[in-house]
Amino acid sequence: MGVIVNSQTKAIVWGITGTQGRFHTKLMLEYGTKIVAGVTPGKGGTFMEGVSVYDTGEEALQRHEANAAIVFVPAPFAADAAQEAIETGLKTVVIITEHVPVKDSIQVMARAKRDKVTIIGPNTPGIITPEMCKLGIMPAHIFRKGIVGIASRSGTLTYEIAAGLTALGLGQSTCIGLGGDPIVGLSFVDVLKMFAKDKQTKAVALIGEIGGNAEEQAAEYISQEDYPKPVVAFIAGRTAPPGKRMGHAGAIIMGKAGTAESKIEAFKAVGVAVADRPRDVAKLLEERLQKKMR
Amino acid sequence: MKLYEYEAKTILTKYKIPVPQGGIATTSAQAKEVASKLTPPYAVKAQVLVAGRGKAGGILFANTPLEAEIVANKILGMEIKGTKVHSVWVEEKINVKKELYFGITTDRSRRCYVAIASSAGGMDIEEVASTAPEKIVRYFIDPVFGFHTYNARSLAKKLGYAGSQMQDLANIFCQLYTAAMDYDAELMEMNPLVETAEGRFAAADARLIIDDNALFRHSEYKERQTAEETELSPQEIKAQKSDLAYVKLNGNIGIIGNGAGLVMATLDAVQLYGGRPANFLDAGGGASPEQMAAALDIVLSDPNVGVVFINILGGITRCDDVAKGILEAKQRVGFTKPIVIRLVGTNEEEGRRMLTAQGIHVLNSMEEAAAEAVEIAKTRGGSN
Repeated sequence: MGVIVNSQTKAIVWGITGTQGRFHTKLMLEYGTKIVAGVTPGKGGTFMEGVSVYDTGEEALQRHEANAAIVFVPAPFAADAAQEAIETGLKTVVIITEHVPVKDSIQVMARAKRDKVTIIGPNTPGIITPEMCKLGIMPAHIFRKGIVGIASRSGTLTYEIAAGLTALGLGQSTCIGLGGDPIVGLSFVDVLKMFAKDKQTKAVALIGEIGGNAEEQAAEYISQEDYPKPVVAFIAGRTAPPGKRMGHAGAIIMGKAGTAESKIEAFKAVGVAVADRPRDVAKLLEERLQKKMR
Repeated sequence: MKLYEYEAKTILTKYKIPVPQGGIATTSAQAKEVASKLTPPYAVKAQVLVAGRGKAGGILFANTPLEAEIVANKILGMEIKGTKVHSVWVEEKINVKKELYFGITTDRSRRCYVAIASSAGGMDIEEVASTAPEKIVRYFIDPVFGFHTYNARSLAKKLGYAGSQMQDLANIFCQLYTAAMDYDAELMEMNPLVETAEGRFAAADARLIIDDNALFRHSEYKERQTAEETELSPQEIKAQKSDLAYVKLNGNIGIIGNGAGLVMATLDAVQLYGGRPANFLDAGGGASPEQMAAALDIVLSDPNVGVVFINILGGITRCDDVAKGILEAKQRVGFTKPIVIRLVGTNEEEGRRMLTAQGIHVLNSMEEAAAEAVEIAKTRGGSN
């Protein structure tokens, strides 16, 4: 089954005529994702990669049946696109765009919560249920259908770890890029809840990084709920010096809160294995699946 | 982007939040002139973006304009945590009865802004937060409904104020919230927000950090940021110009990667194998050939770097673009140091083919490449 996206997903691409939007629409179509329409204000009536382009989300929905959106629109206009997608009635909205202002993101999340819409991102590689649906920009050949659910705060690091799993014969149920920004739609806890219910998912990999306390909250949840599936984690930023910004707006450490040690300790304390190197995630998962332990 | 105290205070004034009368000076003579127009005594404060200037001697007091000149002279040209002081803010010293704290920032897990207030403001507010959390009150602001006067009154009441003082304080809180929203604040705070001996309130210090991603809505500050590039190292200036996230570190292995998480994991891996990273450089999710070339240029120009480790996993970044950038850099600046390249992902076959055709060896595994970079660094050393 996988979570959030599957063979029933029909998506509209916002910003389909931009360089990235066009390139990745082509790759998503090649992967078998159902891209039913595109939206670019001012380009309505044209076609891109064989997909009809509309000026507004409303027009696209009048002509096509859809339930998801993926946004490639530049940062200053990305929140506007996401708001439009939500109002049009789409229930999953993936925001690939990076550098979206926090104030805009907060407004998007508030509306999404009210309208029960799942937001993935911003600043995310998207989501993939391998061999079924890819709503994102990840290199598809790395992923295989399987039993490991992945949730990650980092794009490229997700590919690194997924590739390691695939190499060891461990496929993935669904891989979700939560997004690298301070304010994103889904937390580790949200995703853990979904993976707990998903029959295909037999184990979970969490890929975290310094900054914030989403990992600590995940550890608390795993312990409270006596989480039913094995979980393995990797945390990036062990060597990051305090007070420095390491690229992601999210990856800032202030004092002790949000350090790699704090997160690693939190996971280890509740029995979640933490990998030292990205490639070790696969081995640790395999061990735990064989022993049926957490 | 961090704003200077005087910039933040100028904004507070615009929002009718009381601040001590004052003016900016870049020379001690100017400081004297500013002081002569104010009522003594004065506070002379270093304008720097690093925290902890008070403890570093960056705030001094004076009773006469001449004294203001003397202390300004002391502060100007001082170095606080590695930053030179270029200007001082001279203001009327307030008669402090009590130091409060009020700030607006974001709360990640609740996905909203939060108002934070405390009756124990001042230099040790962070310590208060951990040792006496009950002295800190918070209000999580619903993004749809905003922050209202009654919310502000309730916070003022919890700080122990009633009557007209409660009303005054509530107005200041509301105004700060409005300013924080208008300026896309990541953090906007008054610390201390002072209750004077006369029972009035004034922001003795103010801090505003504008969300970098929203700077396009605040072009006046974006311009200043570029004007201040002289403060940065040549590598940092170049990185900023090319939109690359660069942080200088102490080792001798130059690191370039795409995506903050992967670059951080690359630093961790190098360290795990016994090496020391010379920098963090994230070429970004959609690095163009030009950015890749600029990245290499930056890292190669660091004299401490003995070997460069490029770790690319293409998603939105295309490996052929990365290869193009590497070859461009090779042509433009030449490879003055050994380079270890790991390249996989979108269009990887094409990227590999381009590099191998030019005799550049490309590796598959991040761990293997990290180990190789550490090995080369050991034998070659670099100047560090």
